[in-house]
Amino acid sequence: MVDVFKALADPTRRTILDELTARDGQTLFEICGRLATNHGLGSSRQAISQHLDLLEAAGLVETRREGRYKFHYLNTGPLVPIIQRWLDPSESDGRPTGEAES
Amino acid sequence: MRIHLTSVLVDDQAKAEQFYTEVLGFVKKYDVPAGGARWLTVVSPQDPDGTELLLEPAGHPAVAPFKDALVADGIPYTQFAVEDVQAEYERLSALGVHFTQPPTEMGPVTTAVFDDTCGNLIQIATQPSL
Repeated sequence: MVDVFKALADPTRRTILDELTARDGQTLFEICGRLATNHGLGSSRQAISQHLDLLEAAGLVETRREGRYKFHYLNTGPLVPIIQRWLDPSESDGRPTGEAES
Repeated sequence: MRIHLTSVLVDDQAKAEQFYTEVLGFVKKYDVPAGGARWLTVVSPQDPDGTELLLEPAGHPAVAPFKDALVADGIPYTQFAVEDVQAEYERLSALGVHFTQPPTEMGPVTTAVFDDTCGNLIQIATQPSL
């Protein structure tokens, strides 16, 4: 399990999440194209693939194979403990979450 | 020197002939027996003397893993120009064509990516200069 904060620390990874927010369920090719044309990020396909692996390990991105294609989906679930810890503590059980797992 | 011919590697030439002519709207130009396969080319009806597209058999053992790896990552094998990606997306979707990427603005170019049913992803693009 990769720390969500570590996954969010990199600007390219945050931009990937931005683009998945714009349209969920993208191939690696589409993500690379959006990063290059919308953000001027000329990272190699291999580098983007590694960023996606890290986001997936943190639970922020889920991949699903549909037939012969592989699509990437945003999962905001791992962000909920962050909100509960600082923004809405009444909703949490009062225990700092996440750190023991990372 | 000029580009006279380009190709896509298709799993099944008969199926490819049908898809590339009846669905995409290309026109058959040459269909010549060639050692168990066919020298099968199509052209655009808008440019019948222009670049030919060879629907080439994908029989070599190296081809399948190559194509599968490209398709899994959503990478198109080649790109065709269209006047209006959105209109073409709607026309082809109505014919049952599956898109892995709907029309998307990529800078000045709008692109979409569909499955040619013959083992390839194909990108269509509208460029503002066209």
